[in-house]
Amino acid sequence: MTITEKILARESGAKLVSPGDNIWAKAGMLLTHDVCGPGTIGIFKREFGKDAKVFDREKIVILPDHYIYTEDEKAHRNVDILRAFVKEQGLPYFYDPGTVTYCGVCHVAMPELGHVRPGETIFGTDSHTCTHGALGAFSTGIGNTDAGFIMGTGKLLIKVPQTIRFVLDGAMPSYLSAKDLILHIIGDIGVDGATYCAMEFTGSAIDALSIEERCTICNMAVEAGAKNGIIAPDLKALAYVKARTAKPFEPLYSDPDAKVAAEYRYDVSTLEPVVAKPHLPDNKALARACRDVKIDQVYIGSCTGGKLEDFIMAAKIMKGRKVAVRTLLVPATRVVEQGLVDTQIDGQSLRAIFEAAGVEPIAPPSCAACLGGPVDTFGRTHGHEVVVSTTNRNFIGRMGSKDSQIYLASPYTAAASALAGHIADPRDV
Amino acid sequence: MPNETLIRGPVYVLEDNIDTDLLIPACYLNLVPTIPEEYRKLGSYALAGLPETFPKYACNADGTTPFPIVIGGRNFGCGSSREHAPIALGAAGCKAVVAESYARIFFRNSVATGEVFPLESEGRLCGEFKTGDLAEVNIAKNTITRLSDGKVFSLKPVGAVAPVIAAGGMFAYAREIGMISKS
Repeated sequence: MTITEKILARESGAKLVSPGDNIWAKAGMLLTHDVCGPGTIGIFKREFGKDAKVFDREKIVILPDHYIYTEDEKAHRNVDILRAFVKEQGLPYFYDPGTVTYCGVCHVAMPELGHVRPGETIFGTDSHTCTHGALGAFSTGIGNTDAGFIMGTGKLLIKVPQTIRFVLDGAMPSYLSAKDLILHIIGDIGVDGATYCAMEFTGSAIDALSIEERCTICNMAVEAGAKNGIIAPDLKALAYVKARTAKPFEPLYSDPDAKVAAEYRYDVSTLEPVVAKPHLPDNKALARACRDVKIDQVYIGSCTGGKLEDFIMAAKIMKGRKVAVRTLLVPATRVVEQGLVDTQIDGQSLRAIFEAAGVEPIAPPSCAACLGGPVDTFGRTHGHEVVVSTTNRNFIGRMGSKDSQIYLASPYTAAASALAGHIADPRDV
Repeated sequence: MPNETLIRGPVYVLEDNIDTDLLIPACYLNLVPTIPEEYRKLGSYALAGLPETFPKYACNADGTTPFPIVIGGRNFGCGSSREHAPIALGAAGCKAVVAESYARIFFRNSVATGEVFPLESEGRLCGEFKTGDLAEVNIAKNTITRLSDGKVFSLKPVGAVAPVIAAGGMFAYAREIGMISKS
């Protein structure tokens, strides 16, 4: 069996599962946020009764992150619904905006907080829940109804996905990032190339990646239609998790002879920086082939591209230089925000490097303009802006305006483009 | 779940990769679907993310749609896990989506909520219908008929999720099989 099949077998009490089996899997963790939490709670109460108790208080994590810094009254009302529910149920893992416990973007906060453990199942009311496969968990996005069901029962009926294996070998060039790798893969297999499948990433190039970079890859598995992305937890992953949680866990690994539906191989040393042109993540083009695209805005943030290492990459490019266009930085979490101050390159903090480069005032952590949001959202597009963004989706209207054009790129490419005022290859700088 | 086996009315024709931001833009995700007034409001914004070249979907004066059948191409519902997407369609009065293929979470949410039937066509139908054409979907027979000339197109059998669809959604199914109590 593959790692995905082994986790689902263990969590459904079966010795063996095969792709296509419909099984009742136990939820190791249920994650929700301010956009889908209130609806999930509504379903839980409607179906299990107003006095119902959640299946396990220790297994529910609520991380508001989407609509935090807004005047929108309903957005505030929705966080209040979460607060009331947390109080009523006595939930320990609630990270309240406006208090010191607030974290920011849930998919960056989950591993930071030690809520992601190898070999466990994680269900979350957000499609990018697939991020957490980077630490060897089976982690997938679900809707409010399924989340309400889990809240009451701790289980969910799911289909075992078949696995597509991606073997990435070779030495990573200094100008390439994990974002380039996943954009290459999605560009090759298409936005429905892994529909209903597990995407398992392996090979020496994956081994060499940091945990944050592995998260970037698994984060975008859903952009190829996958149910989950997953990477076997190596010593680096186990050390990362053990440093953040005292809870026990049992990692699982694919058998060497596990059957997969398909296998793709890449030599990353031959790959070049890419962008995904509007309006789909599989619309791949070499960054150096898009130098004629003039841009209005650069956005660095989100669960995909707002981690500390993403900002380190951007800072390496921007250090000692000036941006030519409006450049918006949104650290994903408070930890990342602090990291901008604490992390230095040649004696200068990342924050100082960015400020000297002339970026807009750095926004507080949240999902912000990655998904548009309420009209007063930081960085939201309102016209015909052409944006280079480290986020994960470039659908029509994704960042607010239906008329704006979004190019997805790595932090290196985004930073190089900010300096140039047009799409640029990081090797241009 | 709409339990009619026959769905008849004008179709609304889309294309490939209709994503969840087109189905319900994020600025409306402050609405909570389990609050009845906000459920109706979500319906009025169904497909509000489409470019202006498309006719308004929920164009009735009361915020519902005259199009109970939506036709799409490949990978319908790709993107977000927002259950607001099938809910917006259902709240607007859509009964069935007929597409070549679906993104996983949209399909699952449609089945789990019972808001719309997510049906798969055997072949591509985007070119066979234009918005406003009258059609009839027959769930029992797995067909969609173009009523102008009576041409019948096959739909794929629903498969493993048939019992969940027949029960009317995830909770109804779980009660039927005794996974949760019937009360």
